[in-house]
Amino acid sequence: MSAITRDEVAHLARLSRLALADEELDHFAAQLDQIVGAVARVAEVAADDIPPSSHALPLTNVFRPDEVRPSLTPQQALSGAPAVEDDRFRVPRILGEEA
Amino acid sequence: MTETLMPYDEALAQFEPVLGLETHVELGTASKMFCGCPTTFGAPPNTHVCPVCLALPGSLPTANETAIESTIRIGLALNCSIAGWCRFARKNYFYPDMPKNYQISQYDEPLCFDGYLDVEVDGKTVRIEIERVHLEEDTGKSTHVGGATGRIQGADYSIVDYNRAGIPLVEIVTKPIPGTDRLAPEVARAYATELREVMRSLGVSDVRMEEGSMRCDVNVSLMPRGSSEWGTRTETKNVNSLRSVERSVRSEIERQAAILADGGRIIQETRHFHEDTGLTTSGRSKEEAQDYRYFPEPDLVPIEPDPAWVARLKAELPELPSVRRRRLQAEWGVSDLDMAAMHNADAFGLVEATVAAGAPAADARKWWMGELARRANEAGTSLAELPITPAQIARVTELVASGALNDKLARQVLEGVLAGEGSPDDVVAARGLQIVNDDGELSTIIDQVIAANTDAADKIRGGKIAAVGALVGGVMKASRGKADAGRARQLILDKLGVTE
Repeated sequence: MSAITRDEVAHLARLSRLALADEELDHFAAQLDQIVGAVARVAEVAADDIPPSSHALPLTNVFRPDEVRPSLTPQQALSGAPAVEDDRFRVPRILGEEA
Repeated sequence: MTETLMPYDEALAQFEPVLGLETHVELGTASKMFCGCPTTFGAPPNTHVCPVCLALPGSLPTANETAIESTIRIGLALNCSIAGWCRFARKNYFYPDMPKNYQISQYDEPLCFDGYLDVEVDGKTVRIEIERVHLEEDTGKSTHVGGATGRIQGADYSIVDYNRAGIPLVEIVTKPIPGTDRLAPEVARAYATELREVMRSLGVSDVRMEEGSMRCDVNVSLMPRGSSEWGTRTETKNVNSLRSVERSVRSEIERQAAILADGGRIIQETRHFHEDTGLTTSGRSKEEAQDYRYFPEPDLVPIEPDPAWVARLKAELPELPSVRRRRLQAEWGVSDLDMAAMHNADAFGLVEATVAAGAPAADARKWWMGELARRANEAGTSLAELPITPAQIARVTELVASGALNDKLARQVLEGVLAGEGSPDDVVAARGLQIVNDDGELSTIIDQVIAANTDAADKIRGGKIAAVGALVGGVMKASRGKADAGRARQLILDKLGVTE
């Protein structure tokens, strides 16, 4: 069963803001198909008595108390930012590429 | 861009609206949803951030227990079922307002679901069905730089402050609300008002719409009268006052009706409401189908609320606003109409606080719904925004009750307090507004008034006591309102040798 089509890869690339060339779409479609196929094999061994799960640990209700902890300084917070303006992270234009 | 509107009455003659409201409420926890950064409003940019809320590699979120508890309490107050087990989900999107490239939210497993909230509109109870109440995290604040409008369209770039990113945010979603007919704008407002009061009574949020700690997304669609098939809806985002909730519904009805009547079709889209024009405009030039690729959040384990915990939270819920209103209505002996008027003016809490500060209920209501409502209206503001406190109103009623002021002087005192002249006592002292209780001074004024009104004085001497009103009026005028009318009346009668 071929799960991943070229169009789906193009859609995912768009959602991820990745510019993929046509030949890359084919390339990744094949790769993603293999990955999905490998994961699908898990479904083959899962019996009816094994419920689907999203977590490896059988834990629930891991909470923290509502207590304030020290934050970073703005200098620390912004130290890895590619661009900074007025103590804020400066980012490229948000809308526009599709407008 | 101008859009054609159809007058409201005409629109309602042809179409029936269906409403839906999504309300975001920032919880008033001390720390953020998944980290220990503080949540206080107005801090310098990027001072309330840490590796978790900045999504630095290797950081892991842990859920804030108080936020979970507050969400369950909100669900219980809205008559919801509480999930026995549920998970957070990742909502994936590429926008810099979240540094993770996703927002931790809830998807098909909300913490609370299937509730309702009853609201009063026009003397009728309207039941608003609640679809879900879920918990997520707020986003950072973007400022768009460049371009003509300061808006996201046309901006050259944006700068982002992540102080707000990660503050616990509860989303309350109604089911579609049909059947409101021409009251749709009022129903939307009444719902938002009641929801805000519920939040206040629970103490889970400061619900300040002007600061964004409560904001409404308003969905509106129209269907032709007689049809049972709902039309395409639009969603007006982040409406940030109760009045705007009402206005945005009205203007969106007028806009959609004009398009539909002209044979056009409604585009399902996000729209923005503009306070200045009262109109909505399209949010994006090109709406793409949203595809958030939700999946269970792997960094957080499921929530499994202990039924005993939920039962305790339910038992400990405070008196809800609708119940409290019924109780106070009985205590205050106020009519349904007056209660509704107070509710609509958002005066209820103010009157209650004024009564709590010692004023008789009738006086508290009289001042807030009379003089102060008039002044708020003149200033184009809400009662709560007037620079006067319930305690100050209570003090004014006390001064009136003690005979130190009459209503006319009390109005001048309120005017002074509103003008920033200090407390009621400060204003009385500074403006010299005490009632003239000194019989000597009053006596002098009365002698002058009697001398100037000999006809009236003769009538009174002749037994026509009703004529005394004219003389009392003269005394009040001569004293510029500062005389005690009752005392003046007695002194006039005494001077004219008449007894009642």
